[in-house]
Amino acid sequence: MKRMLLSTVAGLATLLSVASVQAQVEIQFWHAMGGNLGEAVNALVEPFNKEQNAYKVTPVFKGSYTETLTAAIAAFRAKQNPHIVQVFEVGTATMMAAKGAVYPVHQLMADTKEPFDPKSFIGPVYGYYSTTDGKLLSMPFNSSTPVFYRNKEMMKKAGLDPEKAPATWPEVAEMAKKIVASGAKCGFTSQWQTWALIENFGAWHNLPFATKANGFGGIDIELRINSPAHVKHIEQLSAWTKDKTMVYGGREGRSTAMFNAGECGFHIASSATASAIDKALGQGVAGISMMPHWPDVAAKPQNSIIGGATLWVLQGKPAAEYVGVAKFFTYLSRPDVQAKWHQETGYVPITSAAADITEKAGFYKSNPGRDIAVKQLQLNAPTENSKGLRIGNFVQIRDVVDEELEAVWAGQKTAKVALDDAVKRGNELLKRFEAANR
Amino acid sequence: MEKRVTFNEKTLPYLLVLPQIAITIAFFFWPSWQAIYQSVLLEDAFGGNTRFVWFDNFAHLFRDPAYYRSAMITAVFSLLVAGLGLSISLLLAVMADRIVRGATAYKAFLVWPYAVAPAVAGVLWGFLFNPAVGIVAWTLRIFGYEFNYVLNGGQALALIVFAAVWSQISYNFLFFLAGLQSIPKSLIEAAAIDGAGPGRRFWTIIFPLLSPTGFFLLVVNVIYAFFGTFGVVDGLTKGGPAKATEILVFKVYNDGFRGQDLGGSAAQSVILMAIVILLTVVQFRFIERKVHY
Repeated sequence: MKRMLLSTVAGLATLLSVASVQAQVEIQFWHAMGGNLGEAVNALVEPFNKEQNAYKVTPVFKGSYTETLTAAIAAFRAKQNPHIVQVFEVGTATMMAAKGAVYPVHQLMADTKEPFDPKSFIGPVYGYYSTTDGKLLSMPFNSSTPVFYRNKEMMKKAGLDPEKAPATWPEVAEMAKKIVASGAKCGFTSQWQTWALIENFGAWHNLPFATKANGFGGIDIELRINSPAHVKHIEQLSAWTKDKTMVYGGREGRSTAMFNAGECGFHIASSATASAIDKALGQGVAGISMMPHWPDVAAKPQNSIIGGATLWVLQGKPAAEYVGVAKFFTYLSRPDVQAKWHQETGYVPITSAAADITEKAGFYKSNPGRDIAVKQLQLNAPTENSKGLRIGNFVQIRDVVDEELEAVWAGQKTAKVALDDAVKRGNELLKRFEAANR
Repeated sequence: MEKRVTFNEKTLPYLLVLPQIAITIAFFFWPSWQAIYQSVLLEDAFGGNTRFVWFDNFAHLFRDPAYYRSAMITAVFSLLVAGLGLSISLLLAVMADRIVRGATAYKAFLVWPYAVAPAVAGVLWGFLFNPAVGIVAWTLRIFGYEFNYVLNGGQALALIVFAAVWSQISYNFLFFLAGLQSIPKSLIEAAAIDGAGPGRRFWTIIFPLLSPTGFFLLVVNVIYAFFGTFGVVDGLTKGGPAKATEILVFKVYNDGFRGQDLGGSAAQSVILMAIVILLTVVQFRFIERKVHY
């Protein structure tokens, strides 16, 4: 009897202590933003934790995008997962296919009765992460899009008008040749070649990347990146590598080092690279404009697509805690919060209202060109080809396309052969993804 | 009468080896079994959709030209790493063994690199050879040689071989030196009196007597080249450029953790396990016969 009493008391004590801890619900938020960006994330979360005291969002840096995703998957399998995890855009199909693991944002907002207006978001930012019937799956967080940078001083040296950015590819080549002739090591170079020169080339010219609306309509898809327009585009770029009009600077963001060192006149790079470029070249040296297009492929450019990451909500937590997640998302999409994030990090704001606030505050006047990314994304209403990409095994497929493009730049394959091979190898990976997610 | 402590119990020996067996089961058999089990499954990353697919993952691998390419790279890489690592350290050990003055200092310096973790070694060499800021790459450029391991696959492979050999030399050196010092001086002196030159003394006396050490190091180095070099590759090239340095063990990681293809990755590690078991068996059956203990 005495023992029973004791254990009851002990149990009660435990209950009480749990209750006092749970007075503030902790929401785990795993992200992949290191360094300055990590600090920006902390600064973003802090006001939310101060504004109210029912929920406390704890951001945890888990390493690179891949490491964060892997950690979240391992944690989910061990039922120790965080509420929110940041996943890069190429992981979207993996997350979508994860049955029972993901809590779609539109459903979360409906279940918790949080007000939520899809129309306030910027089209391609919202579209990339929503279903074909327009339901948002994950919360857009850090998005960027490739834009065109030019080194105005190098243009002057080559006798070009630094304020006149090339609008088409033939103009880019013509000006780049002049820059090389004036003694530069390279005319132009591109970051993230598959993202900028294949994925965004497609969206910009309204050409499909894959069947079934770029994968939005199903997972039994095939790549479409060996169309005559694609082949001609890569053929032309490859021809330009011969006389250094174009120089390949390595995968991911490596080529930016060449632009930042004043070796290249032009650079196609993520809009989020802008502040790093300004730091390296000095304020005002680099001009930003829209990506060039091929007039013979499309008379006018369509719109660009994004890269970056979103916040996915994982299942398996008590329903009450998801209320906090929903409230945090509402906070994140608030125009003032987004505007601050946009201006500090260079990522695209996720709502049009945030862009308007930034405009009114005169930010674009003092930082000319920072509005180009938003303008590019909103140039036209997105089509099936420019809404986004939903490709299974996308990490490997990007590797494949990178490899095949490298073979073209190295002169080992023609554009046609390389793109055909990329499609063949990519389709094999797509079939495997389809089989794993049947 | 002889006095001897005896244990009649049958269970005691088993109890005494139990900790070792438990460790072996927990850290060797269990993961191996998991790998084999995973290799016949096809599932999505979160494990919500698992299917038994027999040997589909293996069939897929054997159809994939990229896998053969990775195997070829591994073969070249392992041969170079084990070959260079063993011969250079043997040379260094023979030299260090002959030195009379300051021998300890030489030995200490030669052992130093072993204290550097493979991943750190990778980053270190990557920095020295970095095409933009590396001092070695810069020096090479002065001599008119463009070194850019970020773009050039051959150079990247050379660089990881170099870094992997560098971090393994100390280990080999230590064993070779110990082996050399255990060879009786009288044998060598006798040979010298009989008129054998240094070369002949090395090949007919020292080398055969060193063969047990050499054989042990061969096994260890091959395993090192297959598995231990992961840190070097990850720190230096991450398998690039264009998969030119993607050795099998890195492909296992890349497909499993970057690509989230767990079944395919597990199938690769099962094959890798089989290769290493096979290599070790071959070494013990055929090369060990030539070893004099």
